[in-house]
Amino acid sequence: MKKTLLKFAKSIEPNKKESPFLHTLYDGFFTFLFTPNTTTHGGVHIRDGVDLKRTMTMVVIALQLCYLYGTVNIGHQHFVALGQYPDFFDGLHLKVAFGLVQLLPIFAVTMLVGLGIEFYYASKKGHSIEEGFLVSGSLIPLIMPPDIPLWILALSVAFAVWIGKEAFGGTGMNILNIALLARVFIFFAYPTDISGDEVWVAGLESVNSGSEVVYNWWHTGFFNGIFEGLGWATFQTGSTVVDGYTGATPLSLAYQGGWESVAAVYSDAQLLWGSIPGSIGETSKPLIIVGALLLLLSGIGSWRIMLSMVFGAGVMSLLLNAWGATPFMTVPWYYQFVMGSFLFAMVFMATDPVTAASTNRGKWIYGFMIGFIGIIIRVMNPAYPEGWMLAILFMNVFAPLIDYYVLEGNVTRRMRKPKTA
Amino acid sequence: MKTNISILLVLFSFFWVPVGSFAQNNTSGGNSGALVLALLGLAVFILLVWLADGLQSAKPKGILANLSKGSAPDYAKGFQFFNLKKGHQIRLKGGAEKEMLKDSRITTYAVQPTNFIGLSPIPKMNVEVGQEVKAGDSLFFDKKQPKIQFCAPVSGEVVAVNRGEKRAITEVVILADKDIQHRDLGQIDVEAASREEIVTYMADHGLWPLIQERPFQVMPDLDTVPRDIFISTFDTAPLAPDLDFVVDGKEKAFQKGLDVLGKLTSGQVYLGLDANGKKAPSKTFTEALGVQKVYFKGNHPAGNVGVQIHHIAPIQSGEKVWTVGVQEVINIGQTFLKGQLDLSRVVAITGSEVDDTGYIATYVGANIGDLVKGNLEDDHTVRLISGDVLSGSQKVEAAFLDFHDDQITVVKEGDYHEMFGWLVPDKARPTVSRSFLSYFTAGKKKFEADTNTHGEERAFVVTGQYEHLLPMDIYPQHLLKSILTGDLERMEGLGINEIVEEDIALCEFACTSKQPLQHILRSGLDMMREQL
Repeated sequence: MKKTLLKFAKSIEPNKKESPFLHTLYDGFFTFLFTPNTTTHGGVHIRDGVDLKRTMTMVVIALQLCYLYGTVNIGHQHFVALGQYPDFFDGLHLKVAFGLVQLLPIFAVTMLVGLGIEFYYASKKGHSIEEGFLVSGSLIPLIMPPDIPLWILALSVAFAVWIGKEAFGGTGMNILNIALLARVFIFFAYPTDISGDEVWVAGLESVNSGSEVVYNWWHTGFFNGIFEGLGWATFQTGSTVVDGYTGATPLSLAYQGGWESVAAVYSDAQLLWGSIPGSIGETSKPLIIVGALLLLLSGIGSWRIMLSMVFGAGVMSLLLNAWGATPFMTVPWYYQFVMGSFLFAMVFMATDPVTAASTNRGKWIYGFMIGFIGIIIRVMNPAYPEGWMLAILFMNVFAPLIDYYVLEGNVTRRMRKPKTA
Repeated sequence: MKTNISILLVLFSFFWVPVGSFAQNNTSGGNSGALVLALLGLAVFILLVWLADGLQSAKPKGILANLSKGSAPDYAKGFQFFNLKKGHQIRLKGGAEKEMLKDSRITTYAVQPTNFIGLSPIPKMNVEVGQEVKAGDSLFFDKKQPKIQFCAPVSGEVVAVNRGEKRAITEVVILADKDIQHRDLGQIDVEAASREEIVTYMADHGLWPLIQERPFQVMPDLDTVPRDIFISTFDTAPLAPDLDFVVDGKEKAFQKGLDVLGKLTSGQVYLGLDANGKKAPSKTFTEALGVQKVYFKGNHPAGNVGVQIHHIAPIQSGEKVWTVGVQEVINIGQTFLKGQLDLSRVVAITGSEVDDTGYIATYVGANIGDLVKGNLEDDHTVRLISGDVLSGSQKVEAAFLDFHDDQITVVKEGDYHEMFGWLVPDKARPTVSRSFLSYFTAGKKKFEADTNTHGEERAFVVTGQYEHLLPMDIYPQHLLKSILTGDLERMEGLGINEIVEEDIALCEFACTSKQPLQHILRSGLDMMREQL
């Protein structure tokens, strides 16, 4: 079977000179299917089994639980706003169907735009496709609000890949985290589309009570058709948002009234398990931790960055507790870890090896400062709903400087004699 | 470290600016207990960093040095002892059985000018094709260093002077006599002789090329006096020969060689000894006189002389040290004992594709085809390597063992496609990546490795991988990047003078991005050498 497949795959290989783009495309898929038959020459004669594809794929695998949960949670938040199926596992088929209708286009647009640009540049430069966007492209949908307009998404991905990465020379050369760059682009270019309470719940005209749901053909035609045939519950057009529903995220509640306000709306279990409004993939803490364990166990995510970020955030939260000038500052420090996207940022964003500090000592400083600054932005700045995006991007910029000083230390240890300029 | 703290403070100061506006609002709800906790948290963090970094660093200092040292085995008590935590042992099938292979007949030998870095491409020949030579007769010399002779390891007829690109001489081939005739070199009394006499004797009679100099791993100049001389008495590379077995019965020659080397340096002769085994290393090493013995415990590359130098007495800017292999010390000693040039070499025949592994007693530059004749599995294409799989050089059957090598490795060629090989490999392979289950389950299991690259070359992405495999206070990735950007000052600062290819070969093996690290390093070393 393998041999015939290999033969077939070889037989359809496009000509590299006549159609470079097609060949790059082919090469990308071929090396996905089969590892290349290249052998070592010069240098080492045997190579480790691990390569960049495997490394990147491990991260994508670690994200899968977040995808799964995110899909259901998009639907869950939608129905909570309507006052239907309040229990997380009630009406699961509707929630999954609704989630998929929201998430799949987001995923498809991200990949299409991002990989399109990657493929174009790979063919133009004549090298094979690097796997960097596998991870970036899997991260971007998870940090978007479920109701993000697709054209904005497309623009942001194009900006991130084009300006953030290709302009700097491609995978491994970028200074800023690509996924966060996509988000920060939306944040500053289309602020109304990614802030406020409205965006975190999908499929509603608005979050005001009494406003109607917005279903399209996929819900009422395709899925309702199937569900009716099976005798299951269907999407109800004409449902309205229940009285008293706000759709506010824990962070905006905490900003207004401290922990009491959060506790009045969300239980600890909800915050922990993540059946709360938020970006698609960042809400469920235990599932992110499972992903984190996979990354730590396989040695792909840096434990130094993760650990020091916990300390940084913890220390800053405590300092704010000690100060206690605003309601948000008085939120007990340990609750800062279950609100917002701290864990997701820590596990999947801060640990990006390309944009993080590259020396071990640098990683300690880098992680600590992200935690530290992230909490400052989250608690003190009313303009930003969450601090991690900006904190990580900020420290991305500082990472080379941190490394520089760590390396200078190494140089001074070695060069006893004073350097002559 | 001071500078690190100052950056931290600068960064802090940025963020206290907006804080001022809050102070006016209200000051209720402050919690001084939290302040104590925050400071405590910070203290714990700093302690943690200090501990983790200190214990993980290649050269722990102070209290941490004692903590991470572990206990030396009994036989190493009373000596300097280093416990190296970094590195990795690649376990491969095909280690050499501890026996001499009998029925080997090696007919041709070659001295290869290309084995010596920095030698002129076309050295001046002292012999012609067809000429008969005795072992110890000069074959050629380099115009830049005319006093250093390269001599015939065996007697016989010079049958070929092979040339490569731009007519550079690559091989001077000798068809060996059945019984080797030696030229009488005369003897000198090492004790009484001056340094100059010994140097001249060695340079005249083909012993000088046995010595290598760091930085750059080149043959030293005659007028260089090295700070120290280092000898590693064990090899941790994959399938490396067991030097304890190799030196068996050669105590006298080894000691004589050490005596000679002792006269050449103004400093010490250091012997790096293996502290990994349950038993002490060979008495040839442990009972050697007139040298400093230092024990090393740890995985590859703990046996590399470069790593040992780094821990015993690092090469500072402008310093030069020499390194000599164990068999080369024996060559020097034997020559001084007998008054005849001895370039004998016990070569380990290793690798998964060899039928009968073992050792062959022969001479420097033996023909590869002869060494492995009738001893190969013949059902697939194989790669012949002079040296080990990490830093050896690829050879064809007609080629010859490199001058400093004492090992042949034969592995499978890996020119096959593997379906989803990057995700689910067909069979377990050696790895230092924890993303493979086999990393955890392998234990002492031995792998059969082939030459497949298992992936394509990519830009540097993963960080911290190399640092984990090099037990030296060096940042390999940053050093390599400084080479790629041609930043000479940075290269020197980051320690290029302390390492050669073999030291980062393990990093290259493990490299996720499949970068040619050894090649990059050598280009950096060449750049540095041209500056002198």
